[in-house]
Amino acid sequence: MTLPLYDNGLLSGLLAGFLFGYVLEGAGFGSPRKLTGQFFLRDWSVFKIMFTAVIVAASGLWLFEAAGWMPSRAVFVPSLLLYGTVLGGALIGVGFVLGGYCPGTSAVGLASGRLDALVFILGMIGGSILFAALFDDLRSLALATVGSPGLTLPQLLGVPTLAVIAGLAVIAILGWKLGSALERKFGGPYTVEEVLEAVDGGDADSARRFGTGRIQPAE
Amino acid sequence: MQAAPRPFWPPLIAGTALGLVLLFTFLISGHGLGASGFFARVGAWLSALLLPDWAFANGYFAPFLRSNPLDSWISWEIVGVLFGGLAGALASGRFRTGIEQGPRTGRGARLLWALLGGLLVGFGARLAQGCTSGLGLSGSATLAVAGFVFLAGFFGAGFLASMFARRLWQ
Repeated sequence: MTLPLYDNGLLSGLLAGFLFGYVLEGAGFGSPRKLTGQFFLRDWSVFKIMFTAVIVAASGLWLFEAAGWMPSRAVFVPSLLLYGTVLGGALIGVGFVLGGYCPGTSAVGLASGRLDALVFILGMIGGSILFAALFDDLRSLALATVGSPGLTLPQLLGVPTLAVIAGLAVIAILGWKLGSALERKFGGPYTVEEVLEAVDGGDADSARRFGTGRIQPAE
Repeated sequence: MQAAPRPFWPPLIAGTALGLVLLFTFLISGHGLGASGFFARVGAWLSALLLPDWAFANGYFAPFLRSNPLDSWISWEIVGVLFGGLAGALASGRFRTGIEQGPRTGRGARLLWALLGGLLVGFGARLAQGCTSGLGLSGSATLAVAGFVFLAGFFGAGFLASMFARRLWQ
């Protein structure tokens, strides 16, 4: 058996997706308040969980290659677009703050009962069609690349993979400490009770009547 | 009367679990996790259904339409995400049907902003050729420069936008 298996069949997708959805839901990422709380510095779950996951997966990939269990450069590495990567990222950042989700988390939001996630998904499908409609005008801007295909940080900086992972770990630890301090200052992170209280009945009127962020007694 | 919901996982547990799921996905499929590609494929499929002449002549959708655009790994993955999210929410007592919004936002306004936000995200993900999952998470895990450039754009613009969108959520 050689790794990766390059299995792109039905079961491979269902299994990877099921685990992905289960973990995102457990993280609280079906909640747009928890997700956007990152940008108001009140809930640092997005930063903490994403950075931890990147470091764990990057370390695992490094280990599998270093141990000879997987050939190097065997997995897909996205290429840098001259404008598209940063501009697209910026549009997703703005849309995330306004709409409350990104594509993957909107699926989890819908799966955990959020109807606003369904509306967000309809918007995303519309946005994809809009891009296709403008594609001929955008083609040269959208497809322009820069650097070699699949360029990585170790290649760009000329340092070993482990040094980059160690650097990311230092950033993660510092960001984690800062985030935890700001969470304490701003009354975060959101608890499951605070999040669920904001679902449905939590329109502006009932929010004023009942107050938000009300702490419920422990079970 | 619903049972009391169980708390969300601590970030270190959730992040480690997410990293292991991502690593597992790389090992079985040769690529990471994604999401936006599925919604683009739904857009191509829907366009072919409603506006076939336009869709099949469109420079972006035509390549998707050489076969069934939904017959793809990322479609099965998103079906899996829906089942996984549902299973997690039901098992923990966190499933609630409704609209989630900030304390000062009405339901109609919330849905309009959700539609507009979705529109920007759908467009942006095609421009970047990926989203927070495919580029931010999976791309960064391969240490791709594209992953970190994407995250810089995402967090930079998100923090700027949040200065004007505070009322929506806080």
